[in-house]
Amino acid sequence: MRINVNDRDYAVEVDGNPSLLEVLREQLDLTGTKYGCGEAACGACKVLINGTPTPSCITPATAAQGKNIITIEGLEKEGELHPVQKVLMEEDVFQCSYCAPGMILTAVALLENKQQLSEQEIIEGMNGNICRCCTYPKIVSALSKITQKDKA
Amino acid sequence: MKNERTKQEEKRAFENKIPGKGLSRRSFFKYMGAGIATYFVWTDYLASGILTTNEDNFPASDQLSSWIHLSASGEITVFTGKVEVGQNIRTSLTQVVAEELFLPVSSITLVMGDTQLTPYDRGTYGSLTTPQMAPILRKAAANLREMLLQQARQEWKLGEISLDMEQGMIQHPNNGKKLSYGDLAKGKNLLQKMDEDVPTIEPSKWKISGTSVPKVNGRDFITGKHRYVSDMVLPDMLYGKVLRPPVQGAKLKRANTDKAASIPGVQVVRDGDFIGVAAKNSRTAAMALASIEADWERSSQVSRDQLFDHLVSSAEKGETINPQVSRAFEEAAHKIEQDFEVQYIAHVPLEPRAGLAQWTGDKLEVWTGTQRPFGVQEELERAFNLPGEQIRVYMPDTGSGYGGKHTGEAGIEAAILSKATGQPVKVNWTREEEFKWAYFRPAGLIKVKGAASEQGITSWEFHNYNSGGAGIDLPYIGSNKHQEYHRSDTPLRQGSYRALASTANVFAMESTINDLAGKLGADPLQFRLNNLDNDRLEAVIKAAAVEFGWKRTKTNGNHGFGMACGAVKGGFVATFAEIAVHPESREMKIIKAVTAFECGAIINPRHLESQVTGCVLQGLGGALFESVDFKNGDISNAFLSSYRVPRFKDVPDMKVILVNRKDLPSSGAGEAPIVCIAPAIRNAIDDAVGVKINRLPMLPSGIVPEG
Ligand code: FES
Ligand code: FES
Repeated sequence: MRINVNDRDYAVEVDGNPSLLEVLREQLDLTGTKYGCGEAACGACKVLINGTPTPSCITPATAAQGKNIITIEGLEKEGELHPVQKVLMEEDVFQCSYCAPGMILTAVALLENKQQLSEQEIIEGMNGNICRCCTYPKIVSALSKITQKDKA
Repeated sequence: MKNERTKQEEKRAFENKIPGKGLSRRSFFKYMGAGIATYFVWTDYLASGILTTNEDNFPASDQLSSWIHLSASGEITVFTGKVEVGQNIRTSLTQVVAEELFLPVSSITLVMGDTQLTPYDRGTYGSLTTPQMAPILRKAAANLREMLLQQARQEWKLGEISLDMEQGMIQHPNNGKKLSYGDLAKGKNLLQKMDEDVPTIEPSKWKISGTSVPKVNGRDFITGKHRYVSDMVLPDMLYGKVLRPPVQGAKLKRANTDKAASIPGVQVVRDGDFIGVAAKNSRTAAMALASIEADWERSSQVSRDQLFDHLVSSAEKGETINPQVSRAFEEAAHKIEQDFEVQYIAHVPLEPRAGLAQWTGDKLEVWTGTQRPFGVQEELERAFNLPGEQIRVYMPDTGSGYGGKHTGEAGIEAAILSKATGQPVKVNWTREEEFKWAYFRPAGLIKVKGAASEQGITSWEFHNYNSGGAGIDLPYIGSNKHQEYHRSDTPLRQGSYRALASTANVFAMESTINDLAGKLGADPLQFRLNNLDNDRLEAVIKAAAVEFGWKRTKTNGNHGFGMACGAVKGGFVATFAEIAVHPESREMKIIKAVTAFECGAIINPRHLESQVTGCVLQGLGGALFESVDFKNGDISNAFLSSYRVPRFKDVPDMKVILVNRKDLPSSGAGEAPIVCIAPAIRNAIDDAVGVKINRLPMLPSGIVPEG
């Protein structure tokens, strides 16, 4: 089977019906996508499938066929970070950062769908992602910065 | 003669810890490359003895704490056995070294938690990195600086004059010439034990410490490039899984692994009661594991509903209580006797345990996310009966620990599987395994008897069953105190957790103090201030009170104010909370939470604020809703869908105030700020509706019970 990840086509094996998470990490060596719970409860494994943040841990790899998958590795374009990555880095948000890839992809989709977001909308949109180090307030304030920038 | 032997032994012990042939000047530089280096021994720091600088007298490996090396190309490498689990010490320790060497942080590399390269370290816990390791590295860097200046003076044939250093260059005083640090290190093999007397830069003159330097390797994390152990891959690596009992305390009777072994590419490993599988991907390994038919012998286990009775009945016999304490209690007009229940909670590090192992002949390498790489090395020594020098444990920056990763289970399992299969094996625990087979924060029962008069605390009797003795000392004045921690039989495996038992002890203490103030009709804030003799604690209380507006009138009848304070591990913290209890639904909502924290001179304000915020919010989980449910050995909420941790929506309106004491040594911040949020909320609920909730978690359903 072939899947398209970060604008590249890959041949992958789907014997035993692996999850997209397993295929990304073990076959494509795209380990930026993390495992945190395996049951769509933490958001660590989220990737964008046709632009929608999706927990790859419960998504069979076969369901991703014919769709565009974006992982954390695909956000940086020619050395240029995505604005969400940039602001989270500038604001130096994370502690252990294990939640970062899932957080970033969720936020990317959130901002893509709606340029201007209230704090409440950010909280609603991000609530499926756990940061066990509890850096939540800084994530919200950092993301608010780019939605404000857009307003200006 | 005896001395001679000791020296030899010390030398050998030390040689075991670094590659090549020990820390003789020659072999050290053979490994490191030419350059200039300083090293530091613990004994200096602990002032328990002075070692000569005689080169033959090497420190024992467990006395050596760190070293710094400057290469001929000007690179500075710092070696420390501490590890990075998200507390951002890689950054703060880099700042400290950069400061003393007048270098940008980018020119310094920290090698951390590699048992072969870094000096022995007991572990990264107990908020010890900042108060112990930071001053050592600061001093070692200052020594390197002085060595460089000395080299420059020699090079230029100058006397004992002072020279300017900037950005890795030393300036000639009059001819405008410059020498880079690398130039000075070229062709040299200079190794020196650290001299305690070399001065370090005064906190008031800090330019790099005290500023919010961003996470040094931040970009790697934000781009997904950083490899946590769970992400690592070695050539020919297999994915391993281990058979677990269905419940705690079950023993394996028999198992049939034939089906598993018949799956192509699967290797089954049996070693006593250990059964594991390894396969070329984790899906196949999981299928193989699931195909194993095993019979288990279950034994009856203490369940959650018997927990507190069990903790008290199984406790070791206590000490005799001074009759004065009891008499003062009997005679007091204002007194309280109450119990507090504290449930087990899980650390839930977002990266579950992971271990990767590789054997080369009889040498073992293990990569694992642990707060104690040297402890894991010792576990492996025992598991494989191997000398330590044949085992190398690496600890890449890890997906957090919070006290929950002091052990090396996944690394050992990977090593067993790797040994049997002859290939590198990685074992990544699932979330369920992390919940069931790691260890928990201890549960506890606390019994308090407290009495007070207008003059202060007249009697205090405090018994902690099982959760621990950390933070058990009441900070308030009073001579009639009995404070005791009773060890009990714990039904579940338990271990360290951020701030240890301080969270439980401060909860019981600060709740009871609140209630005593209530009995006396005193303002809880004023009552505390009247009975404290601790400037630093008083300062954070006052700072938080002002920011919170303790004196303001409540806007609504169902609102309540509460506060708590605590002195834990060199940190001083006070939290004030305003909450509301809905008049009909009885739902509790936090309106505002203010925390003030002081831990001496601040090294990195932004990262400190992040630690304090993280502590308070993580503490909120244990305060309100986190608890482990277990019945006869079965952990019934071993998933993130059933074990609730704080999320974005749980974050209240909160404020953190950092009190900077440049005149005081810096201490750690990853623990202390967690202790006050629970009692502050508990006291606020009491203030709002007169209900005293003496258990952690307080409100699993979010609803305040009727009084
Ligand atoms: S690992 Fe997929 S949501 Fe947690
Ligand atoms: S920074 Fe550690 S989980 Fe988010």
